[in-house]
Amino acid sequence: MTVTAPPKARRGGSMRRHQTRTAYTFLLVPLIFYLIVRFLPTLSALRLSLFDWNILKDTQPFVGTENYQRLFADEKFGQALRNTALYTVIGVPAQIALGLIVALLLNKIIALRGLFRALYFAPYVTPIVAAAWVWQWLFSPQFGPVNTFLIWLHITPQNFLNSPDQALATTAALVVWQNLGFQIVLFLAGLSAIPRSYYEAAEIDGANGTQAFWKITWPLLNPTIVFSVVTGTISYLQLFTQVVNLNFTDQGGPLGSTMTVALYIYQIAFGRFQMGYASAITVVLFLIILAITLFQLRFLTRRYDL
Amino acid sequence: MKKLLTLALGLSLASASAAPVTLTYWQYEYASKVSAMNDLIKKFEAANPDIKIKQETFPYDAYSQKVASSVPAGQGPDVVNLYYGWLPQYVDAGYLQPLPTKDFPTATIDSTYAPMVKTSKMNGKYYALPTAVRTLAIFYNKDLFKQAGIAQPPKTWEELIADGQKIVKGTPPRYTTLGFGIQPDGQDYHVLREVLVRQFGGQPYSKDGKTATYDSAAGAKAMTFYTDLQTKYKLGVPNFFPGNNSYRDAFIAGKVGMIIDGSFAINTIKDGAKFDWGVTTLPVLASNPNEKDNFGSYWVNGITKNAKGDKLDASVKFLKFLTSAETQRYWLENVGEIPASRSLAADPGLLKDPVYGPFIASLPYASSTVFVDEAGQRKAWVDAINTVLLKGAKPADAVKQAAADEQKILNSYYK
Repeated sequence: MTVTAPPKARRGGSMRRHQTRTAYTFLLVPLIFYLIVRFLPTLSALRLSLFDWNILKDTQPFVGTENYQRLFADEKFGQALRNTALYTVIGVPAQIALGLIVALLLNKIIALRGLFRALYFAPYVTPIVAAAWVWQWLFSPQFGPVNTFLIWLHITPQNFLNSPDQALATTAALVVWQNLGFQIVLFLAGLSAIPRSYYEAAEIDGANGTQAFWKITWPLLNPTIVFSVVTGTISYLQLFTQVVNLNFTDQGGPLGSTMTVALYIYQIAFGRFQMGYASAITVVLFLIILAITLFQLRFLTRRYDL
Repeated sequence: MKKLLTLALGLSLASASAAPVTLTYWQYEYASKVSAMNDLIKKFEAANPDIKIKQETFPYDAYSQKVASSVPAGQGPDVVNLYYGWLPQYVDAGYLQPLPTKDFPTATIDSTYAPMVKTSKMNGKYYALPTAVRTLAIFYNKDLFKQAGIAQPPKTWEELIADGQKIVKGTPPRYTTLGFGIQPDGQDYHVLREVLVRQFGGQPYSKDGKTATYDSAAGAKAMTFYTDLQTKYKLGVPNFFPGNNSYRDAFIAGKVGMIIDGSFAINTIKDGAKFDWGVTTLPVLASNPNEKDNFGSYWVNGITKNAKGDKLDASVKFLKFLTSAETQRYWLENVGEIPASRSLAADPGLLKDPVYGPFIASLPYASSTVFVDEAGQRKAWVDAINTVLLKGAKPADAVKQAAADEQKILNSYYK
């Protein structure tokens, strides 16, 4: 590069403009993809939700808000909505708390550090179908080692996935176990970003471990926690695969006790071909996720001054 | 050089004039069905050199979606394999063409096919025909029967209960061996609806199939009887083995005395079971021994609206071949499904067969439910049974709920 230097300010400006233009060009490709593959179908779902759109009918009449009215009277949808909320309320705090505890412990150890990290990450890369299969055997009322253990403790064996009262929690436990690996990696990254000098300074000032955690670790992990809450909530609100595979012949059962909104949409759309009604549920789910996410971003993100 | 060119031209013209019609055939992925179909296609193509058949298969769980989503797109197969229970929806959608009566006379079909095939007749027309049909029967583990000191398989439900109680080992929820592999979402809900309701003196549906009529004393008795198998007589529990075919897998593993399953399960059980097993017809009630019932079902082949002109002619030929006596016999030997034709199924050798016999003997009294929304109607029943088994609901209330739920589905179809 032997170009004579133009005036400093101008060079910076044109360079920046050039870089910006390049960035926009590169961003445009995924944007177009996003528009066609994601955004347009979303809009068409909005339109579809106003029609009695059965895939196997000749005519698809416009019905206005009829699908939405049916939605409010649909007990099964109500149940799916309550279940989905329960999954989220159980799953998100559980995986964040467990993830943080395990990450803090992993951060302390030195020997076999890589092995332990790999072991904790393994569930996340295990195929969901395989994990669901193993889960069914683990929690089998008849043969499962979990019940064997309970009997050994003189506790009555439980029905777990076969019980309408326990199936949801058992399913949530599988999801937490699977997501834990990813959660731990997030926290380890967050922890490694906190400068050691803060802890050293705190120690000199006489702070104990608990104080150091609440005054340094917790506030500085805030962005990681917010990210985890937001992405975790979205993934629980869209829960599907685990639920399908844990009770394949009565999906969402027994008695709809593990049914999620996403699975209900799928059954209405692709089991019973009522695309219009399924689209209406999709629109409602979309609005719920949007509202919750905006709320979380608004109220969970805080700036901490040390 | 010129000669060579003329020759090449001539050859290409010749091949162009004999350009075969290519038909697309769809069915779901099931190893023995797919390979039998491949053989049959070869046979058919040899006899009809101007027709080529392309078989495409899809996983069972995605099959109905795949077919349904091909309808509005105007794509998909010329000849398609469908569950008989889906027919009303597809006929309504204008997806299937009525079978040409000169090739498939309605009266002949009425008199030569198993009675249950009449379910495929809509508005006086047949839209599709099966190669084979299936019924239900009891598969029983002879080794477990012998250990329990039982000489004969049960003939009545009362015997089934007594036998099951001798075989069952363990106490709920830690059974180690089941007397009867109860599984509402397996074949049992068909048994309850089409067999027990009738045996207790009721009718599951009105004649035209538009009204659910099992919310009756008979319906409540049938529901009570079925759920008692678990709650009162403690013969077993559902989902004994985890997985998609729980009761069948557990039977194959030698852990269940009896299951009710379809003739479609014969080959799976034959390949898997490492013990002596037998088949017997569904039981009757000791108090009503002449009321024999069974649930029949079948997969049909139909011609879609995509087949026009040459393709339609070729499709008719192919369908004739698929429903021919020869194909039905081949299907029995290679897939293990019962011939749909009355005369073939009445073959004395077949009736005496220890495995096929009980299934075939049930053909004359097997009914097929007219489904308008199979997934929805199934759910209504499975949930009703589960409210009794898992929530302790009253059988009469559960039947009432199922009838209300199913009627809603029927009404939205027949409106």
